[in-house]
Amino acid sequence: MKLKRFSRLINPQSIALIVVLLVNWALFPGFFDVTWQDGRLFGSLIDVLNRGVPVAILAIGMSAVIATKGVDLSVGAVMAISGAVAATLVVDGYPAYVAVIAALAIGIVCGVWNGVLVAFLEIQPIVATLVLMVAGRGIAQLITAGSIVTFADPVLIYIGTGSFAGLPMPVVIAIVLLILSVFLVRSTAVGLFIESVGVNRAAASLAGIRSGLLLVAVYGFSGFCAAVSGLIVAGDIKGADANNAGLWLELDAILAVVIGGTSLLGGRFSIAMSVLGAIIIQAMNTGILVSGFPPEFNLVVKAGVIILIFTMQSPLATRFIEMRKTTRAVARKAS
Amino acid sequence: MNRSLRPLAATAVIFALAYAASIFQFPGMFSTRVLGNFLTDNAFLGITAVGMTFVIISGGIDLSVGAIIGFTGVLVAVLIGWFGIHPLAAFAIALVVAAAFGAAMGAAIHYLEVPPFIVTLAGMFLARGAASVITQDSIPVTHEFYSTVTSTYWLMPGGGRLSLIGALMILVFIVGALVAHRTRFGSNVYALGGNAVSAALMGVPVARTTILIYTLSATLSGLAGIVFSLYTSAGYPLAAVGVELDAIGAVVIGGTLLTGGYGFVAGTFIGVMLQGLVQTYIIFDGTLSSWWTKIVIGGLLFVFIVLQRLVFSASSSRTKTFWKLKHE
Repeated sequence: MKLKRFSRLINPQSIALIVVLLVNWALFPGFFDVTWQDGRLFGSLIDVLNRGVPVAILAIGMSAVIATKGVDLSVGAVMAISGAVAATLVVDGYPAYVAVIAALAIGIVCGVWNGVLVAFLEIQPIVATLVLMVAGRGIAQLITAGSIVTFADPVLIYIGTGSFAGLPMPVVIAIVLLILSVFLVRSTAVGLFIESVGVNRAAASLAGIRSGLLLVAVYGFSGFCAAVSGLIVAGDIKGADANNAGLWLELDAILAVVIGGTSLLGGRFSIAMSVLGAIIIQAMNTGILVSGFPPEFNLVVKAGVIILIFTMQSPLATRFIEMRKTTRAVARKAS
Repeated sequence: MNRSLRPLAATAVIFALAYAASIFQFPGMFSTRVLGNFLTDNAFLGITAVGMTFVIISGGIDLSVGAIIGFTGVLVAVLIGWFGIHPLAAFAIALVVAAAFGAAMGAAIHYLEVPPFIVTLAGMFLARGAASVITQDSIPVTHEFYSTVTSTYWLMPGGGRLSLIGALMILVFIVGALVAHRTRFGSNVYALGGNAVSAALMGVPVARTTILIYTLSATLSGLAGIVFSLYTSAGYPLAAVGVELDAIGAVVIGGTLLTGGYGFVAGTFIGVMLQGLVQTYIIFDGTLSSWWTKIVIGGLLFVFIVLQRLVFSASSSRTKTFWKLKHE
């Protein structure tokens, strides 16, 4: 039993993360140094975790959506909306808890809207969420009246830059969210329901799963995750930037889920592995930055990673490996 | 009227109504000057959207078009500015590079059996990243050929100017419509989008068609990149960010079905014009801010997607039985 659990930790993703971290260490010898200062931890490793949080939180919601054979392109725009709502409310003098609750509620509303389009109007997910991806950034700009709304509210800033038990607050939030969602999908039947809807929605409906409601809930959860992520990003820069908050993060989130091994065809997912995928992406980003390449070089590396993963996962590669196995077996038999 | 033409007619009617309402409010919008600017300002979007129409009719999607526009713009500017190559030669090189890029994406989609959405996403990262690796700054293009092209136009009655790039867009649309509706390749694209398995059983060369579709889309994006570099006289790696969404929006508003197998190149033209109309209206109004463009286009997208849903679920009886089965 123990051995089995240990062997589960050895997977391509963990090995990839270790390799990336070692490369970073080779490029930048102080990479693994972690120091304790002013009551919190400091160091490149902590930085990788902290910077990776927005994508990691998006990836939690995105994993569930992709497991239902869907995709949520609107998460970046929802981040911008939630940040805009929180910032505008605290600037208007509302207490921080009202702003946080309103921002999270708006995120859920956005997600439920996507879910209704997918579940009840039966529009393809990629198209249904495209509507909010296009319009959402406009709505965020409408809320902030086109400017970057800056705020000095200590609670919102604490969400983005504070620390709890020595760890940066965003990391703590991500860990709590990760534990809660893993508990929800693995200790209850929800995870099984999500997977069965992803494999075959009609069959799942006939088996008695209320697939429409489930889809709405899953997209709502993705919207909620995007709103949390938006709050963290807004708190981090002490302002809401409707144009740039969460820009292209939907693509990073999808990439994180794919690196984590969740199938885009639905039916199989692991939230923890998706978060690991997000950390791998951030470790690559940090590595490219410390090695002095321009940040745009990241895009080329990410493209390379996508191509590599899909070439390995493709039926062509599987067939090739099978073929080599059989020829070897035949050769062994012959000798 | 032919039933299958209904979505196209709906788009045309909405455009006519919207334009009439705009003219009613701002009589100045009824002039060939405004129409001429519609064509010039949206030329790069229109040319890209033609390629996107083919991709979407085949049941795929191409997210790399904006990045290819940015990349070809930079490539052309670098070839002309740093290597002193004549613009026409630079255009030819850029088109060949774009075509090869598209062919590679099509091959990956077919042979690796990866969803088009992911392959073209990787293509987008690759093209955008490559452009940024070449240069981070905007490279101006100062060549007499550019000033000749940009100052060439036909004067339309009423003082409107039909620029060379505007005319090029119309030409691309006409050729695109002919290819879609009058050639074997066009029929293959529709067949593939209708049902890839039965298309293969009917003898449609699936591999060749898929590769050709993405090659066509990338080549047209390359052409759009050239048009964009003529339009701005510069190459910038972050040019045309988000154009893929505008192009998809134009195609959907134009009545093409996102599930594939059904659509019109002419509809896409109206979709592009409708987006141009929204932008021009906002400029004419003066009090509306630019973000209303995004909201209105998002709203239009939503209306058309729901419209498609209703039209097609009403006409197909199979969906109805499925619906009944599920709710009984």
